Amino acid sequence: MGPFDMYAILGHVGGALINVLVGMGFGFALERAGFGNSLNLSAQFYFRNMRVLKVMFTAIITAMLLMFWANALGILDYDKIWVNPTYMWPGIVGGFIFGIGFVVGGYCPGTALVSLATLKIDGILFVAGLCIGMFFFGETIDSFRTFWEHSGFLGRLTLQDWLGLSAGAVAFLVTLMALGMFVAAEKTEAYFAKKDAEAKLG
Amino acid sequence: MNTNSKAERYMNPYVAGVLLGVVLFASFMLFGHGLGASGGIAQFTAALVDKIWPGHADQNAYLAGLVRTGAPPLDTWLIFEVVGIILGGFVSGLLAGRVKLETYKGPHINNRTRWAYALIGGIIAGFAVRISRGCTSGQALSGGASLSAGSWAFMFAVFGGAYAFAYFVRKLWN
Repeated sequence: MGPFDMYAILGHVGGALINVLVGMGFGFALERAGFGNSLNLSAQFYFRNMRVLKVMFTAIITAMLLMFWANALGILDYDKIWVNPTYMWPGIVGGFIFGIGFVVGGYCPGTALVSLATLKIDGILFVAGLCIGMFFFGETIDSFRTFWEHSGFLGRLTLQDWLGLSAGAVAFLVTLMALGMFVAAEKTEAYFAKKDAEAKLG
Repeated sequence: MNTNSKAERYMNPYVAGVLLGVVLFASFMLFGHGLGASGGIAQFTAALVDKIWPGHADQNAYLAGLVRTGAPPLDTWLIFEVVGIILGGFVSGLLAGRVKLETYKGPHINNRTRWAYALIGGIIAGFAVRISRGCTSGQALSGGASLSAGSWAFMFAVFGGAYAFAYFVRKLWN
């Protein structure tokens, strides 16, 4: 029963090779989705093209449902997979600032890497910026370390723990929310496409 | 050929999302954790600083933890994943005829402005991603699918920050 550890099963080199293959699948999917292009990503925040939301939430519910079913079938033990520990306030503050970097620079780290891979100069510079930003973080972290390590630290906290619901109920609600967001995204795109067309004519 | 031919060759977003979701599930199944991008870039930064400024990575309160582990900073799963992302992106781009030295930018700015903001945006995101301990891959996608409460809070905060600031940089994109 999973999760497996390819490094333990295949050794360091074998595990690394499988890891590169999984990474390739990731990079391939991101590039196919159009995420090597900052214009496709930034358009999300002006409601013109909501690919970011569609791809992201489709991926989340696909993986979530596969894990849920695998767990139910006894193929994967959900209690043994890595669930990002919750550091609530650093996550929210960091996420908000990250969002600003996203709309200013046009990429996030994974998408910038596929942009770099296809030789986009803006993607290459974004990656360079990431390195510089991480360096600055290390230079300044001691001034806000207490906030970073302790503020809202709740450990392995899942949505089902937090809401007091079963995993199945949460998976159902998340799927429902995603479907609602897809409908809203399609309607929003259609609305702005019409508005832009009218503005061009008028 | 019309000007949209390039955009039309991108995959349907829902199909691409399913593909990405299957890869994400495979990662959980094979390694017990999700995908990551920024972690590998942090390891790379640590190795780079260690190389060009010997001794300084040890003085950097965050990078020190990455170079002092005993193993070389480039010998981790995070780096293998980044290598894979770059290879996979390259293969996809090659098949679609999108591997080409160029700059994506809004219609009303020049290349130099775009480059400056790409770098600045990267610096902001790089600093922030260490505060949040993960990016749209390691937190939003992976923590989102494994139903981490903190990752969901992070995800909504990312959209919140981006939408809140979008107005101020609208000239860059529109």
